[in-house]
Amino acid sequence: MSYNMTNVLGILFANSHDETLPELSSNRTMGSVPFGGRFRLIDFLLSSMVNSGMSTVGVITKSNYQSLLDHVGSGRQWDLARSDGGLTILPPYGSTGNGQYNGKLDALMNAMGYIVKTPCEYVIMSDCNVIYSADLSKQVEAHIASGADITCVTVTGDYTQSETADAITFEADDSGRVLSTVINPTRSGHYTMSLNTYIVKKQLLVDLVNDLVPRGKCNFDRDILQAMTQKLNIRTYEYTGYYSKISGLDSYYKANMELLKSENLEKIILKKRPVYTKVRDDAPSKYGLNSSVTNSLVADGCVIEGVVENSILFRGVKVSKGAVVRGCILMQDTEIGRATEVSNIITDKNVKIGDELCISSAEGSPLYIAKKRVL
Amino acid sequence: MYNKKECVAMLLAGGQGSRLYALTKNVAKPAVPYGGKYRIIDFPLSNCVNSGIDTVGVLTQYQPLVLNDYIGNGQAWNLDRIHGGVHILPPYQSSSGAQWYEGTANAIYQNLSFIDRYDPEYVVILSGDHIYKMDYSDMLSYHKKKNAACTIAVLNVEYEEASRFGIMSTDETGAITKFVEKPKEPESTLASMGIYIFSYPALKKYLIENEEDTSATKDFGKNIIPAMLAAKERMYAYSFEGYWKDVGTIDSLWEANMDLLSPSVTLDLYDPAWKIYSNNDSRAPQLIGSDAKVQNSMITTGCVIDGFVDFSVISGGVTIEEGAVVADSILMPGATVRKGAVVEYSIVGENSVIEAGAHIGARPESYESKSDWGVAVVGHDVTIGQGAVVAPKQIIDHDI
Repeated sequence: MSYNMTNVLGILFANSHDETLPELSSNRTMGSVPFGGRFRLIDFLLSSMVNSGMSTVGVITKSNYQSLLDHVGSGRQWDLARSDGGLTILPPYGSTGNGQYNGKLDALMNAMGYIVKTPCEYVIMSDCNVIYSADLSKQVEAHIASGADITCVTVTGDYTQSETADAITFEADDSGRVLSTVINPTRSGHYTMSLNTYIVKKQLLVDLVNDLVPRGKCNFDRDILQAMTQKLNIRTYEYTGYYSKISGLDSYYKANMELLKSENLEKIILKKRPVYTKVRDDAPSKYGLNSSVTNSLVADGCVIEGVVENSILFRGVKVSKGAVVRGCILMQDTEIGRATEVSNIITDKNVKIGDELCISSAEGSPLYIAKKRVL
Repeated sequence: MYNKKECVAMLLAGGQGSRLYALTKNVAKPAVPYGGKYRIIDFPLSNCVNSGIDTVGVLTQYQPLVLNDYIGNGQAWNLDRIHGGVHILPPYQSSSGAQWYEGTANAIYQNLSFIDRYDPEYVVILSGDHIYKMDYSDMLSYHKKKNAACTIAVLNVEYEEASRFGIMSTDETGAITKFVEKPKEPESTLASMGIYIFSYPALKKYLIENEEDTSATKDFGKNIIPAMLAAKERMYAYSFEGYWKDVGTIDSLWEANMDLLSPSVTLDLYDPAWKIYSNNDSRAPQLIGSDAKVQNSMITTGCVIDGFVDFSVISGGVTIEEGAVVADSILMPGATVRKGAVVEYSIVGENSVIEAGAHIGARPESYESKSDWGVAVVGHDVTIGQGAVVAPKQIIDHDI
């Protein structure tokens, strides 16, 4: 039996984990951080939801959400401009005081009117700092079959300290029932780690929020996942496909660079499960006389007249004659001047780097250049 | 509902484009891919939107499936409007019988009721087989200033070329004094670009009269324009300067694509003030592999390039495997060139596969006689088997 996914409400937290990537999220939400040449982080989960048959998605955001609003628009690119359901942005609600949320549960409390009104039976909620492509109906079916109250989508493996510093990890019994939850473990090691995607019956979520928030308990991770392992049947659902999790500038850089391997790219952007994004109507990219491009991901609208290696070029990037770009992530409309050499840098949107300069950073620790900077 | 529009565009998109042979076997000419991510019809449609014309009738007849699917509700061109927008107009059955479109004038005649719904003062007639950027609102201003019944956009062509076009003679005010379709000995070099603006009452009058004349061929160039000239209507030529190319033949389609790679050609697709819109698909950015060598080319989303690409236009979703060579060629969406295959001076159609070691086309240098050489064409959804050879000028529309 396959579950009718239009009965599942999607909730995406656009701002959570902003603090792990301050460079890129100082002017935008985590969800609207550019990724992979033409995408934003939110595109991946949002597309997975749509490709799995969901048609109602609320995006919870608390601050710096201009870029997010500009990106998702009416939701049309994801087929979410609907007369029923579709895409709804849920910014802080006027009556909440300072316009900031004290935690995920507080944010859900603010969106309660919307959540209650949707005719959905289940909720899939996720953060935007994970990138994967999955048929979420499998997760919902597993959730229903297992009788779980909350299902946590997890991965298992050996993780470094920087990876666990912003992670929820679980100890579970053989059947997948969570026995204990550790938030941000301080040591590297072998863990079952949350992918920050959770499935729960809508009514249960509503009851939990209504019960906990008035008592000042607003933290989903601490006050539910950690505190309620006895009271609730919390279970893991092991995801075994390809994924990336962003926990800082280094992992952001690494996750981008992994897409240069076609086998990884094909696991995230499948023919049968495309990743939708805002379109810009750029012309195709132009490769000039004597340009040389190898091992790179290039979006439309670029004009390349120099050398580009092991790099990711977003839309409308210009690389002038004699310029050399190595190991870089150049975001939308970056311009690299004549005979300039750059290596291991990340340029935000509209950065202009002049002629005959040399900017480089050590391999593995990329240098970030902020939006609209002119060098 | 208030529906009035000052100007409505009618885009003739029903032509078979028989001189494109295999490339229009299953698709109408306006839906033929061009320039990596476009189809020919993107140019007139984008021109309409950029010129402020938001009501466009697209007249289809020949193989409309791809075209209908591509245009959809017109959203890609911002033509999904509450009033107006883009409308596909196929031939239809009426109480007096069913009739195919017989000629350009008849196609418009059969849709007079569509035009009437918008009660326009002016109608622009466009065709779906030209690549150009043009502000129709400038032409409309000229039409109004001249108080014309009909204005025809003209391009100054080389004298040797002139006999391929409808040729206009004009007086010093720009008024058209004579019009000859494809003259053997042209009196002027002002060629019709197939773009007409009519004051609607005049258009309607001559279309109805032409229908009543059973001997007429029901064509704008052959009937309507000569009839209006004979009746001494105010007809003016509007000079256009800039890039314009008829892509009705294999050679001209190939040239028009190659023009995009030439720094001296004025067609600028990167101008944010005059975007050419297209129905974008969701694909990954292009991945240029470690062993790839790419130069002098245009490439778009969804491509995976591991071979050598030079002077070529590569459309969305194309795969070029290691050791393959693609030079001076056009690969249409979804084409695949496998390991070690060579594609030179060729057009490879949508979703076609060139298997390992196959060789398509050849460079002109190796041919002494020009007449033996030409661009090779592999149609859509065709597989060229391992090691097979397609000679220059050959047009292949089935697997070999």
